Amino acid sequence: MSSLSPAGAPLVETKNLTVDFVGTGKPVRAVAGVDLTLAPGEVVALLGESGSGKSVTLRALMRLLPEKRAKIGGSIRVDGRDVTALSRRELSAFRGSTVAMIFQEPGLAFDPVYRVGDQIAEAVVRHERVSRAAGRARALALFERVRIPSPEQRLDNYPHEMSGGMRQRAMIALALACRPKVLLADEPTTALDATVQIQILLLLRELQRELGLAVIFVTHDIGVATEVADRIAVMYAGRIVESGACRDVIRAPAHPYTRGLLASRADHVFTKGTRLETIPGAPPDLTALPPGCAFAPRCAQARPACNAGVPEERTASPHHVARCLLLPAPAEDGACHRADATAAA
Amino acid sequence: MLAFLLHRLLYVTPVAIGVTVVCFLLVHLTPGDPLTAILPADATLELQEQMKAAYGFDKPLPVQYALWFWKVLHGDLGHSIATGRPVLTEVMRAVKNTLILATVATAIGFTFGTLFGFVAGYFRDSWLDKLASFVSVLGVSVPHYWLGMVLVIIFSAQLGWLPPTGAGPDGSGDWRPDAAHLRYLILPAITMSVIPMGVIARTVRALVGDILSQDFVEALRAKGMSEFGVFRHVVTNAAPTALAVMGLQLGYLLGGSILIETVFSWPGSGFLLNAAIFQRDLPLLQGTILVLAMFFVALNLAVDVLQTALDPRIKRG
Ligand SMILES: Nc1ncnc2c1ncn2[C@@H]1O[C@H](COP(=O)(O)OP(=O)(O)O)[C@@H](O)[C@H]1O
Ligand code: SF4
Ligand SMILES: [Mg+2]
Repeated sequence: MSSLSPAGAPLVETKNLTVDFVGTGKPVRAVAGVDLTLAPGEVVALLGESGSGKSVTLRALMRLLPEKRAKIGGSIRVDGRDVTALSRRELSAFRGSTVAMIFQEPGLAFDPVYRVGDQIAEAVVRHERVSRAAGRARALALFERVRIPSPEQRLDNYPHEMSGGMRQRAMIALALACRPKVLLADEPTTALDATVQIQILLLLRELQRELGLAVIFVTHDIGVATEVADRIAVMYAGRIVESGACRDVIRAPAHPYTRGLLASRADHVFTKGTRLETIPGAPPDLTALPPGCAFAPRCAQARPACNAGVPEERTASPHHVARCLLLPAPAEDGACHRADATAAA
Repeated sequence: MLAFLLHRLLYVTPVAIGVTVVCFLLVHLTPGDPLTAILPADATLELQEQMKAAYGFDKPLPVQYALWFWKVLHGDLGHSIATGRPVLTEVMRAVKNTLILATVATAIGFTFGTLFGFVAGYFRDSWLDKLASFVSVLGVSVPHYWLGMVLVIIFSAQLGWLPPTGAGPDGSGDWRPDAAHLRYLILPAITMSVIPMGVIARTVRALVGDILSQDFVEALRAKGMSEFGVFRHVVTNAAPTALAVMGLQLGYLLGGSILIETVFSWPGSGFLLNAAIFQRDLPLLQGTILVLAMFFVALNLAVDVLQTALDPRIKRG
C-alpha cells in the first residue's frame, strides 16, 4: 500500500483526540484531547502512570475499542488516511498491514488453540491473498528474524508451549508479518522478566532501525522510554502534558508531573523497571476531572490560575512543550530563556 | 495418544466394577426377596428353600456376586421373569431403539442449541439474544412429557400427519431406517431434543461470551481478521466444550427417557425399565440398569478422549 502523504509529513497525526466510555455508570473520559504526531522512522515513547489513557490512545489509533461503548472524537490520520472514516472492510485491511500492535501480555494475545505459526500465516494470507504455504514460509522467515531457536519446530507450537520471552518474539514476528509502517507497542516488556525485557527491547530497537519503522512505545518505565525513544510524550489523565526530544525531557523536565516521575526514579537510578507510583496523592478520577490542570490536586506549585482552565501547550525549549502555567505564556520573546530557568529551578 | 487412552481406560476400570457391584446389590438390597415375585403366595417353605438353592441365593453375597459377575462377563444376564427370554437380547434391542432416539434428539438439539447459543453469545443483550435465550429457557423448563402430549394432540390427533405411538407400522419393537419407520421417530425425537437444545444453547452462549472477552480476540482484530475470521476462531475455541456437553446430554438421554418413551410407547430402555419395575422383573431391571450404566461410563470416556484430542491445552498422557 503506497503512502498518500507527501514525504516528511507525519505518518500518524491525531488532533484533539478524545475517547469517552459510555454505558454503565458515569461516562469516563479516558483520552481528553491528545495531539500526537509520529514521523516516519521515529520512535515516540508514551509515558505515564497506569490508568493515564495510554492503551486507550493506542487502541483508538486502530479503532480497536468497542464501538458502542467507546466514543472517539477529534481526528486521526494514519498514513494519509482518515481512520475515523474508514469502513469496516477498509478498517480490517488497514489493521495489521499499515499499523500493527504488540500487546502487553503475549500469553493472552495468541489464540490458545491454534498453532502460533498458523496464526502468523493467517494474517499474511488475509492481507496478501497468498497461499497458506506462502504464509507459512513468511512465518518461518519472521521466526528466524526475531531469533527464535529451532524456528521450524516452533512454528508448530501452541502458545502455551512457549516461554513468555519467546511468545513476545513471536508476537513481534506476527506484528511485522505484513510489513506495517507503524508499530504500536503497548508495554511490550512489562509482563516479562528483567533479563528477557532487555533482550526484547534490544530486538525491537534493532528491527525498528533495520526496517525504518515508526513506533509508538507505551510504557510506564522511564528507563525503558529513554532506552528506546527519540521523543517522549508524557501522559496524565488522558492528556499529553509534556513532549519533546528524549534528552530534553529527561534533562530539563518542564512539567511538575514529569519532574515528579524523574525524582521518584532518582533514588533508584541503577534499578531498571522502577514503577511510577511514588508521586504523592491519588491518581485522577476520570469521571470528574477538574476544570483546570488535572495535576493541580497533586502539584506543590499549584496556584489559583491553574484551576481556571486546562493549560495550553507552552514552549519550554525548541520542539519541547508542556501544559503548565509555570512556563511563560506564548507570543513573548525570550521564552526559551525563561523556560530553561524554570526547568533548572 | 495411545498411552493416554490406556491411562484413561485404567482409570474407568474401577468405576465400571463399582457399577457392577451397585447393580448386583440393587437386587439384593431391595425390600422383599427376589423370589417372592415368581413364587406362588402359598409356596411351602421347602419349595422356597429349593428355589433359593436353584438360584444360588443361599450362598454368601460375595460368592453370589462372583458367580453373577462371571456370567455377566460372558454376556449372560439371566432370563426375564416375565417373558423368559434372555435379558441381554431384550436389553440390547431396547438400548438400540433408545440409542437411535437419543442420537437423533441430541443431533437436533445440538444443531439448534449451538445455533441459538452462538447467536445469543455473539449479539449479547440484543433482541436476538433475548429471543434465543427465551427459546432455550423454555426448552429447559417445559415438562417434556407435557410437550410430547401436546405434540401428539396437534400432529397426530388433530392433523393426522404423524403416528402418535410405537416405533413402526408393524407394531414390532424393531426400528429400521426407512421412511415408514422414520415417521414414528419424528415426534418423540423432537420432544426429546428440547432438553439438550436448551442446555447446549445456554452453555454455548456463556462460552461465546467468555471467549469474546478474551484478549486474543482483540489481537485477531488488530491483525486485520474479518468478523468471519474471528468467528472461526471462536468456534474452534468453543468446540471442545460444546461437544463435551453434547456427549453428556446424549448420556443423560440414554438413561433419562422413561417419561418420553412411555408417552410415545417407544420400545426403548426407558420403556423396558418401566415395564421391569412394574412387573418386578428383577433380572431384567438389573440387566437394563447395568447396560445403561456401562453405556454412560463408556460415553464419559469417549467425551473425555474427544475433548483431549480437540483441545491442545489439555496435557495428554
Ligand atoms: N473498556 C473500557 N471500558 C471502560 N473504561 C475503560 C476501558 N478501558 C479503559 N478504560 C478507562 O480508561 C482509563 C485509561 O485506561 P488505559 O488506557 O488502559 O490506561 P493505561 O495508561 O494504563 O494504559 C482507565 O482508567 C479506565 O477507567
Ligand atoms: S499548571 Fe499549575 S497545577 Fe498544573 S502542573 Fe503546572 S503548576 Fe502544577
Ligand atoms: Mg495500558
